[in-house]
Amino acid sequence: MNLQEAKFEYLLRLGDSSLIIGHRLSEWCGHGPILEEDIALINIALDFVGNASALLTYAAQVEGKGRTEDDLAYLRSEREYRNLLLTEQPNGDYAVTIARQFLYDVYTFFLYEELKTSKDETIAAIAVKSHKEITYHLRHTTEWMYRLGDGTEESHKRMQTALNDLWMYTPDLFDMNEVDAILINEGIAVDLNKVKEAWEKRVREVISEAKLEIPAANIKQKGSREGRHSEHLGFLLAEMQYIPRSYPNANW
Amino acid sequence: MEESKQLEQFEAKIAAGQKIEPKDWMPEAYRKQLIRMMSQHAHSEIVGMLPEGNWITRAPSLRRKAILLAKVQDEGGHGLYLYSAAETLGIDRKELLEQLHSGKAKYSSIFNYPTLTWADIGAIGWLVDGAAIMNQTALARGSYGPYSRAMVRICKEESFHNRQGYEIMMHLAQGTPEQKEMAQDAFNRWWWPSIMMLGPSDDQSPNSEQLMRWKVKMESNDAIRERFIDRTVPQADFIGLKVPDPAMKFNEKTGHYEHGPINWEEFFEVIKGNGVCNAIRLKARVEADKKGQWVREAATAYAAKQAKEKAMA
Repeated sequence: MNLQEAKFEYLLRLGDSSLIIGHRLSEWCGHGPILEEDIALINIALDFVGNASALLTYAAQVEGKGRTEDDLAYLRSEREYRNLLLTEQPNGDYAVTIARQFLYDVYTFFLYEELKTSKDETIAAIAVKSHKEITYHLRHTTEWMYRLGDGTEESHKRMQTALNDLWMYTPDLFDMNEVDAILINEGIAVDLNKVKEAWEKRVREVISEAKLEIPAANIKQKGSREGRHSEHLGFLLAEMQYIPRSYPNANW
Repeated sequence: MEESKQLEQFEAKIAAGQKIEPKDWMPEAYRKQLIRMMSQHAHSEIVGMLPEGNWITRAPSLRRKAILLAKVQDEGGHGLYLYSAAETLGIDRKELLEQLHSGKAKYSSIFNYPTLTWADIGAIGWLVDGAAIMNQTALARGSYGPYSRAMVRICKEESFHNRQGYEIMMHLAQGTPEQKEMAQDAFNRWWWPSIMMLGPSDDQSPNSEQLMRWKVKMESNDAIRERFIDRTVPQADFIGLKVPDPAMKFNEKTGHYEHGPINWEEFFEVIKGNGVCNAIRLKARVEADKKGQWVREAATAYAAKQAKEKAMA
């Protein structure tokens, strides 16, 4: 694997995760628990789509095969997607959505913080812009972690269940392979062990403050780096990609 | 002060072009009519998020997806803004939502039509938002301060929605034969509901002289409809779509388009609740509310705990 290939893979990881979690959040549109949250979720989804668009545009450029960001978003299949397993998990109830978002926001908060000083200028520029947005996202989800964790008996139970169910997808966040080795060496990517340390600390703090417990780490799911996803991604892509795939000669 | 004197001052203020503000005296009929209009408008914004929200996950490009998300977010914002404006008249959002959920309050009948293809997103922006703007620019000149200011702001955003809808339609109309067919089909389905959403014709809906004098209603339904049609027909011609009204013709003498007969029976059926999506839309709102109850309860309980801790500290 050369540097260009590694960079392309890395950009797909970042861009795909944003796109897929943005998709999930947008599914809430019109169905949120209160109007303010409906608006917040759409707003956050929009940030993710914007971020995905910037990253996939750059990925296409790095690849240099004449593909566009839409080709990458709409014409790759399940095994070619590199989004984190966590991001494709279904919305469930509001506790699942908030838990998923919280675990992801803490991750991207520390990841993008580091990427701001990436030696790749485009990645650094995207990271600077995104980190401002992520800071708001994380504040929003952290507040909801407290409200649901330390709200009523029912909300507490739902939130603990959500955390327990999603916990197995967290090892995937920190999985590294050859891509990381090449890019860390060039000062482009981040050592995820470092992110993991910061992530664990923050997640523990918030979970404890929210009167919740860290789930037992019995099952450890990984696979997104190789495009091995949960069953949910196929359905999501079928919905997302159906128009461009149905009308291959059209543009929109 | 005597009520007749208060009424006189109230009407003089409106006649002089001044706004009525929340703490000013106002006749009960004025307050009631405004609550009805503003809450209907707010409900329309949030119910309207459903047919458009349908297509966010299927938007055919990242750019279209981002634009649609921004648009639907605006609609939610309008809803929030309008509920707040309605609250200045002494009713709270909870009560207004209960009226929506029980079926007592109405929302725009247009959202009881389904969004069947991507072109419907273009048609809604172009036609539905286009018709709404015609109505809302008139309402921006209305007498109730909070509502008229809300309208000014909302109209600005709706103009963007209208343009993005027309741009989608233009793009489709210039695209492949299948895309063009999709655009024409959406136009055929949304044209009549859009011109009907501006309300029954004047002979069936005599405008209360009082509401006009109080600047609650600014223009008759037919006058607004004429303006909308005059603006929209040339836009359709320009992108090569055919208005689905064989009787539509331009009257050189009046300078206005004249449309064929409107199927008001359909309109009243949808208003009564018998449209394609009435039950589905309402159910979606009721279920979202029900499913969100434990979330809202948790937020309230947490806030109470925090307040208590703060008081003890």
